[in-house]
Amino acid sequence: MNNFEYARASDVADAVRRIAADPAAKFIAGGTNLIDLMKENVARPSRLIDITRLPLDKVEETRDGGLRIGALVPNSDLAYHPRIEARYPLLGSAILAGASQQLRNMASTGGNLLQRTRCMYFYDTTTPCNKREPGSGCSAIGGINRNHAILGTSEHCIATHPSDMCVALAALDARVPATGRSGERSIAFADFHRLPGDTPQIDSNLRADEIITAIELPPQGFAKNYSYLKIRDRLSYAFALVSIAVGLEVEGGTIKAARLALGGVAHKPWRDREAEAQLDSAPATAESFQRAAATVLRDARGFGHNDFKIELARRGIVRALAQAARGTPQSQADKRIR
Amino acid sequence: MAEQPSTARKRPEKFPTPAKMTVTLHVNGVERKLTVAPWTTLLDALRLHLDLTGTKKGCDHGQCGACTVLVDGRRINACLTLAVMKEGAQVTTIEGLAQAGKLHPLQQAFIDHDAFQCGYCTPGQICSAVGLIAEGRARTADEIRELMSGNICRCGAYPNIVAAIEGVMSGKAAAKTREAGR
Repeated sequence: MNNFEYARASDVADAVRRIAADPAAKFIAGGTNLIDLMKENVARPSRLIDITRLPLDKVEETRDGGLRIGALVPNSDLAYHPRIEARYPLLGSAILAGASQQLRNMASTGGNLLQRTRCMYFYDTTTPCNKREPGSGCSAIGGINRNHAILGTSEHCIATHPSDMCVALAALDARVPATGRSGERSIAFADFHRLPGDTPQIDSNLRADEIITAIELPPQGFAKNYSYLKIRDRLSYAFALVSIAVGLEVEGGTIKAARLALGGVAHKPWRDREAEAQLDSAPATAESFQRAAATVLRDARGFGHNDFKIELARRGIVRALAQAARGTPQSQADKRIR
Repeated sequence: MAEQPSTARKRPEKFPTPAKMTVTLHVNGVERKLTVAPWTTLLDALRLHLDLTGTKKGCDHGQCGACTVLVDGRRINACLTLAVMKEGAQVTTIEGLAQAGKLHPLQQAFIDHDAFQCGYCTPGQICSAVGLIAEGRARTADEIRELMSGNICRCGAYPNIVAAIEGVMSGKAAAKTREAGR
């Protein structure tokens, strides 16, 4: 790890001031990804600004009947929060599908959004990587790419976003309030993360001087018909090959509203409005689910080792939609997929 | 052999001179003041500055759980946090579990159930299990396995680790039932 300076932010305004004053500085909260990246010499901040003592650790009701989750609420507290368990079990389930309890105890809500890809070439400083070193090339294209993206890729980068929590937040249409030098704004979740395009080094649309202060959930939590299905190489404590977050409103066998987001397949949590529109008003049957899966994957493209993900994603979408429609969400303790 | 162009080494960067900081931690109930560089992890502070070598360094990347300790009662990976961030915190390590010369019930259960072979992961396993029981989320063996998945045992003592934890959990339940029956 390289040397760096350390400072504690006294409030949000102070945090913004400090980050704006030093372009090579970084915020630290849970540290579970950043410290690892610093040990690997991938992240080399000049200064760490410790935000862990800011008052951003509450879960509060919003005026419209939703929830506002402080950016510093630990992932484990959020997953087990009574309001999340009762109203947004999709979010709780996705959080518990990721990492280990130790890491969830450390990791913050805001930091989860900003974790970087686990592409092994991004981590390996002896290989070219456009995300780590823009213009150096992508080692995963033509390299070992079993874990890589099948949707929304570019010729510069085929990395995936590693978060489980974010897949559920995408499906739930969350918003991300942020504060910067020019004040506060609220970013729609779909606009928060980016596709790689020709700037794969930029993961999100959060500006360099901005701090995430919270996550806001709208009232609709799909608590009755949901599932988070995560498929991975081992049953626990592994990143997704493919994961699927589903929220449905079902009435008398007919789908009234559908949300579908995928993880492990793209540079950001993958939503497909066209597939969701097809599910809207459709009967909750295998045929409807197959059609939606085909729509989501119509432009999917493999890079050799990850070709299997296209079929895996198709089957996963169909299964997760069936689990949600039946009201039998995937258990994160009993790993059998039913 | 041809020289490999290394992207990591090409730019000599300027780094600030190491400025050490003082931190106060309450480790196993004892106030400890130490002077550390900002980049000293909590794990290194415990092992190298406080000579508490019971907490192990396995992968040093948050993947194995050997460094698990309790900070303010919650289990975390000590390798992925900085000592300076934990100013004022209560830290419990494996050295702090035994009380008045008597092993913690989980320490005793790990012995009784033969829940280790080489023993390197054991301090982390036991601290993690203390956290697990305090969280109160695991009721079944499946749930114990899932919520202990952040602790790797390369000797493969998993069945006995689960049995040891189950033993302590059911012992607790039994003790509570006895108390309630009185």
